Amino acid sequence: MSSRTLPLLFINLGGEMLYILDQRLRAQNIPADKAKKVMNDIITTMFNKKFLEELFKPQELYSKKALRTVFDRLAHASIMRLNQASMDKLYDLMTMAFKYQVLLCPRAKDILLVSFNHMDAIKDFVKDTPSVLSQVDETYRQLIEMYTPLSSGEFQLIRQTLLIFFQDMHIRVSIFLKDKVQNSNGRFVLPISGPVPHGTHIPGLIRMFSCNGEEVKRLQFRNGGNYTGVLREGSFEMFGERVIKLGTNMYSVSRPVETHMSGTSKNSATERTISPNPLAKEELNMLARLMGGMEVQKPGNADSGFRVNLFATDEEEEEALISRPDEFSYDVIKIQATKNQQANAELVKIMGDFTEEAGEPCSSSANSKGDDLLAMMDGL
Amino acid sequence: MYHKEKSIQMKSSASALYNNLSVLRIAPRSLTYFTVVHANMVNMVSASWDGLNYSHRQLQSKEANVATSSSLIMQAAWCVLPSRDILVLTSQKGIQMYESDGSIMVYWHALDTPETQTAQAVFARGIAAVREKYICVGISSGSMLVFDVPIKGSNITLSEVLEEHKESITDLASECSGSLECIADMVSADDSGNLCVWKSGEDFQLLNKIPGFDMSCSSVKLWKGTVVAGYGTGQIRLYEAVTGIVHAEVNAHARWIYSLDIAPFSGLLLSAAEDSLVRVWHLTMTPETNSVEVTSQTIPGRNLTTPRTHRQTLTASLPLSPSRSCTCITSV
Repeated sequence: MSSRTLPLLFINLGGEMLYILDQRLRAQNIPADKAKKVMNDIITTMFNKKFLEELFKPQELYSKKALRTVFDRLAHASIMRLNQASMDKLYDLMTMAFKYQVLLCPRAKDILLVSFNHMDAIKDFVKDTPSVLSQVDETYRQLIEMYTPLSSGEFQLIRQTLLIFFQDMHIRVSIFLKDKVQNSNGRFVLPISGPVPHGTHIPGLIRMFSCNGEEVKRLQFRNGGNYTGVLREGSFEMFGERVIKLGTNMYSVSRPVETHMSGTSKNSATERTISPNPLAKEELNMLARLMGGMEVQKPGNADSGFRVNLFATDEEEEEALISRPDEFSYDVIKIQATKNQQANAELVKIMGDFTEEAGEPCSSSANSKGDDLLAMMDGL
Repeated sequence: MYHKEKSIQMKSSASALYNNLSVLRIAPRSLTYFTVVHANMVNMVSASWDGLNYSHRQLQSKEANVATSSSLIMQAAWCVLPSRDILVLTSQKGIQMYESDGSIMVYWHALDTPETQTAQAVFARGIAAVREKYICVGISSGSMLVFDVPIKGSNITLSEVLEEHKESITDLASECSGSLECIADMVSADDSGNLCVWKSGEDFQLLNKIPGFDMSCSSVKLWKGTVVAGYGTGQIRLYEAVTGIVHAEVNAHARWIYSLDIAPFSGLLLSAAEDSLVRVWHLTMTPETNSVEVTSQTIPGRNLTTPRTHRQTLTASLPLSPSRSCTCITSV
């Protein structure tokens, strides 16, 4: 639908990922210098100039599988390692958190404020590293340039595109369950209390007019809710009070990050059935490709690497992997984010398959996808 | 006055789209058809009035297997013409028209999609049957396509392209009171809240343009010459179609209105919004003073709002019939 959705999806999911990783790094008592390095490396990769250029181009959203691949690579852009189960859990939390934020946004335009909340936090993570900071600032400028001129209807289209992307995802997150913002069936609760969005009136008034515009009658009705006033407008600039709290860091060391697999209904995470397209099956989107090709500062000393666990114990992590219901599997394309010979050979072979596909007569959209990927390979 | 009937489970969830529920009552067969859009599919269920038989069908977006997310359906709606009922699906690729039960596709119109992706999205949205033989569909560019539909068969032709709106069309509606005296046949709404009022014919004629206030009008209805418009601010406004005079303004909802529907014989208006509430209003026309009165309807004994723990976004529809039944669906 909207071709301007991907940057917001990526930045907000990335922001949530950083919040969760930050919490886990502290909870696992990872030494401060290593933790900082991980955060810096990931943020550097996220805001890579070439990557962002690609991200901000008008395009349709990637498939769930393709987007998951991008984040897999992003999470491994540093010395930190995550096992499959932890990566699955991380991704569940990221996506449900952003889904919640999109759904609860008072106005469709407030999605931009949510994005700024994430950006503000990211900026804080790298405030001591000027090189990354300048990239983050550049991204603010691009967001402002691209999104502030959009109308309310265009923002609503972006919002609808995101909601369709997250449709049928009902993983229960313990923080949300505890705060009673999510029901036991995984659906989020829409409040009918609190302030109304900026630009909206509190429901309750009917005004009727005569032909010459004079108000002739007023009626009040009970709105059934408990609305308390109108929200102020947050700042859409590089700095300023955002007003909206969605998108700020809801994790702290004391609030564990938990998801619940059992009891979630089978219907909730079905992949849409679309006739398999050979290109889609092996879809290596440009972003994932770019990310895989980026230079990462690998330490000479292998001991510097470490593993982060999203669960309380290693046993729990293993158990989670075994017991994860099939319908929740992300079916990720496992390609190493390193530049070793073998990995590259594998990639080249897959690209070779694409070359053959692109040569055959097929629809224009399939062709252009293949062409773009080939062009990217040349560039790497 | 109102009682909740048996719930009908659709095959999959409803997508977050404006006007995402269409209802067709087929009295001779004691059946009601319901359609709900789910991403690149339309779920259709045919329910017998005795509540005993349900039959499901799914319609795919054309060219759904070529791309993944770029063939999403924006809307599905029944167009009731004197001689036939046509089910229209509008998507990012084009417009599909089916024979009444969804079994046969009778017409396909492809949208012009640019070679390289542009910042402006391309899709069709907004569907209305107008008078005896027209089906009008809106486009994201602001254009509207007018199709001429024969009494039977698939010889549907594009009769005219109306270029009046500059923003994406959100909804279209035709005069639903059944009265032949009304001058205005159709109203169109767009993302900036502008409304255009039309008279149908070989060449459609623009009767009036009602300016918006930069706030998207997501759902619109035309009843007895009155335009009823629902906005992203949660407000409902009533205008006299031909003159643009404002009859009434209702601070109806705390969030974006997703659909409106009118029961033409009783003057009941139903509005559903992202605040999870469905509200019922009563419209009374007084021709002598050229005024419309709006009152809120309470539903004694039964609250149409769902309990806090189950609240989700709703879109709703009132069937065009004398009966007062209304249908609500929940989406995620």
